[in-house]
Amino acid sequence: MAETAARAARGKGASKGPSQPAISKDQLTRAYRDMLLIRRFEEKAGQLYGMGLIGGFCHLYIGQEAVVVGMQLCLQPGDQVITSYRDHGHMLATGMEARGVMAELTGRIGGYSKGKGGSMHMFSREKGFYGGHGIVGAQVSLGAGLAFANWYRQDGAVALTYFGEGASNQGQVFESLNLAALFKLPCVFIIENNKYGMGTSVERASASRDLSKNGSPWGIPGEQVNGMDVIAVKEAGERAVAHCRAGNGPYLLEMKTYRYRGHSMSDPAKYRTREEVQKMREQNDCIETARKLLLDSHGVSEAELKVIDDEVKAIVQDSAEFAQTSPEPDESELWTDVLVESR
Amino acid sequence: MTQILMPALSPTMTEGKLARWLKAEGETVKAGDVIAEIETDKATMEVEAVDEGTLTKILVPEGTEGVAVNTPIAELDGGAAEAPKAPKPEAVLDKAPVEKMETAKPAATPVPAQAAAAPEKDWGATRPMTVREALRDAMAAEMRADKDVFLIGEEVGQYQGAYKISQGLLDEFGPKRVIDMPITEHGFTGMAVGAAMTGLRPIVEFMTFNFSMQAIDQIVNSAAKTLYMSGGQLGCPIVFRGPNGAASRVAAQHSQCYASWYAHLPGLKVLAPWSAADAKGLLRAAIRDPNPIIFLENEILYGQTFDCPVDEDFILPIGKAKVEREGTDVTLVAFSIMVGMAMQAADELAAQGISAEVINLRSLRPLDIETIVRSVKKTNRLVTLEEGWPYAGIGAEVAMQILENCFDDLDAPPVRVHGLDIPMPYAANLEKLALPRLEQVIEAAKRVTYK
Repeated sequence: MAETAARAARGKGASKGPSQPAISKDQLTRAYRDMLLIRRFEEKAGQLYGMGLIGGFCHLYIGQEAVVVGMQLCLQPGDQVITSYRDHGHMLATGMEARGVMAELTGRIGGYSKGKGGSMHMFSREKGFYGGHGIVGAQVSLGAGLAFANWYRQDGAVALTYFGEGASNQGQVFESLNLAALFKLPCVFIIENNKYGMGTSVERASASRDLSKNGSPWGIPGEQVNGMDVIAVKEAGERAVAHCRAGNGPYLLEMKTYRYRGHSMSDPAKYRTREEVQKMREQNDCIETARKLLLDSHGVSEAELKVIDDEVKAIVQDSAEFAQTSPEPDESELWTDVLVESR
Repeated sequence: MTQILMPALSPTMTEGKLARWLKAEGETVKAGDVIAEIETDKATMEVEAVDEGTLTKILVPEGTEGVAVNTPIAELDGGAAEAPKAPKPEAVLDKAPVEKMETAKPAATPVPAQAAAAPEKDWGATRPMTVREALRDAMAAEMRADKDVFLIGEEVGQYQGAYKISQGLLDEFGPKRVIDMPITEHGFTGMAVGAAMTGLRPIVEFMTFNFSMQAIDQIVNSAAKTLYMSGGQLGCPIVFRGPNGAASRVAAQHSQCYASWYAHLPGLKVLAPWSAADAKGLLRAAIRDPNPIIFLENEILYGQTFDCPVDEDFILPIGKAKVEREGTDVTLVAFSIMVGMAMQAADELAAQGISAEVINLRSLRPLDIETIVRSVKKTNRLVTLEEGWPYAGIGAEVAMQILENCFDDLDAPPVRVHGLDIPMPYAANLEKLALPRLEQVIEAAKRVTYK
C-alpha cells in the first residue's frame, strides 16, 4: 500500500532527514504487541460470551485497536484515561492485567470490580483508568473533571477523554467542551468515529461532516486522524498532549476508525454490508499494517513476531482460565462498597 | 483438536437454528473468518472463528433447528494453534486486583432500640446566627482546613451567591476555589463528579435543586453508583447543596421537594437541616464525608435566626435525628422547614392538653429509625410532616418503617401531613392551600389521639 510505503520511508527517516522518526522500532513493536493483545483478548471474550460465560452487554473493540494504543504511547505516569462502554481495549492499553479484566467479564471475585461492575464498569486508579462508563456521553463531563482536577492541582497531568461519534451529539459533550476551553483544562477529547452509533450511521445522526470541528466555537483545535494507523494516531496524539501539557487548554481528535464486530454481541448488523466490513479488514487493518512495517522497514523477523504472538496468546489463554476458575463473589459482597465508611 | 460450540449470541439466547455453513469440511480457517450463520430469536448472526486451523468435521448440519447453546457444532484441528502454556503473568491476581478503600457494613434491618438515646453532645456557649451565616461559616471552616475543598456553581463567586450563601468566600479563597460556572448544570456537575473521583472534595451549589434535574444522571449514575461498580475502588466525596422545596410564589418549576427522589438511592446520603446549628454542623460533616451527599436547604429558612454553638470544632453526626421537643402523647416527625411548623403545632397542642414530641430528622438517608421507634413506643402515635408530595414520599417511608418495627405499639393509624398532589400553583391563595398548614398538623395530632 502507498501509505505503508510512506510510513516505511518515514520510519527510516528518509523523508525527515536527520530528525527523529515518527516512531521508534521499540515503540512500534510495543504498539504491535498491545494491539494484538487487545485483538486476541476480544476474540477470546467473544468466544466466552458464546459459551455463556459472559453475560449481559459485551462491546468488542476489534478493529479500533490503533486508537488507544497509539494514544497511550503519548502519555506519562499520572495522566488519566476515561471512556464509555467499549472499554476493554482501553484497560489493556493502560496496562491493566488481562486476568482482572477477563474475570470481571465473567463476574468473578478476581475481576477488577470484584464482579460487581461487569464489561462496562472497571477502573484502576493505579493505572490512571477511570472507567468504563455505561451512560453514553456521561464520561465526557467526567473526563473534563479529571482534567479539572489536574488544573486544580497544577500537577501537569493530561486527561484523555474518549467517546464515540454517537456520543458526540450529547448536550453535555458540548457543555464540557465549553467548560474545558473556558478554564483551559488539559483534556484531549478523542472522538472514536467508527461510523456507527449502534446501528445509526454518523451521516444519519450528525449534521456535521467534520467532527474534529466540534470544538471550534470555543477555539479548541481539532484534527481528523486516520485511526486505523497507529503511527498517525501517535503523531496527532503527541501534538494534542503537548498542547494540553503546555497549558494551552483542550484539544480534539477525531479518529476515523472502524469496528469489525457488531455494536454488542446481539447485533444483527443489518445496517452495513459484509463487503464494507471485509474491505476495511483487508485494506486497513491496524495490526496487519504494523506487522508489515516491522517486517519490511524495521528489520524485525517473522520469528521475532512469532515470539510476540505466542506471548499474547499465552496471556489471553491464562486470562480465560483465570476468569473461569476465579470464584464468584461471596454473597457478603452484596452489601459492601455501597458507601465508604466515614473516616 | 478443538470443538466449536454453538455460541450464545445475545443475553437471552438459549438455542438457535444453524442456518448455513460458510466453510466446508477440510477448509482452513483463520481467526475472524465467518464460518457459519445462526438464526436467533432476534436476528441472523454470523459466527466467526476464534482459533485457526482446519475444519475437520461438521457435527451439526445446516438447517438444524433448536441447537442448544454450547452444543459442539464442529471440530477444528488446531495444528500450531495450541497456545503455549501460560507463563503466569506475575502471581498478582490471586484475588481481586483492586486497590481497596474502606467499605461500609451491610445496612442491617433496623432493630428497635430499647436503650435511651445517647444525649446529644453539649457544645457549650451559643450565639444567634442565621442559617445563611451558618452555611457560609461551615464552608469557610472546611475550606480553611482542607485545600482539596472548593465551591463550584452558578453565581457563587463575583455575585456572592444567588442567595448570598457564599458571601465573602471569593475574597478569602480566590477564584480557584470559589469557581463561577456558566449555566450548564449537566456539564459542571459531571465535571465536579469527575474531579471528586480523583480525590478532590467539591461542593456543588445548585442555585435551586430544581436545576439539579438537568444533572440528575451524573448524580445517580456516576456519583452514587461508581463506588459499588468499581468494587470499592473509586469513591466520590462530593456535596451537592442548594435550596429545595417551595420558596414563595415561584410556581411549579421552582417549587418542588426532591427529598424522596434522592433518598430513594443507595449510594447517596441525604441531609435536610432545619436550624442554624443543623446547617453548620451537618454541612461540615457532609464536606468531610467520603461519600456523595445531597444537602437540601430551604430558601425561607436562610434568613431565620437560631442559637448555634460557637465552638470552633462544632460538628454533627450524619444519620442522627434530634428530638427537638419531648412529649408523651403523639410523635411529630418532620424535616427542614416543617420542623418549625411541628414546633409551632406542639405549642398549640400543649395549650389544648396534648403533649407532642417533635423529631427533626436531619438525615433522610440514612434514616434514624431508632429514634422514631423509641418515640412511638412512648407516644403510640405518629404524624409525619413534609412539604413535598405524598406519593412514595418521606412520610410514607417513615410510616411504613414504623409499621415494620413497632406496629403493636401503635394506638392509631399513622397520619401524613403533606403538600397537595398537584404542581405548585402561582396564585397566592392557591399556593397557600397547596402547602401543609398548621391547622392540618393540629387536626392530624387530634385525630391520632382521638381528641
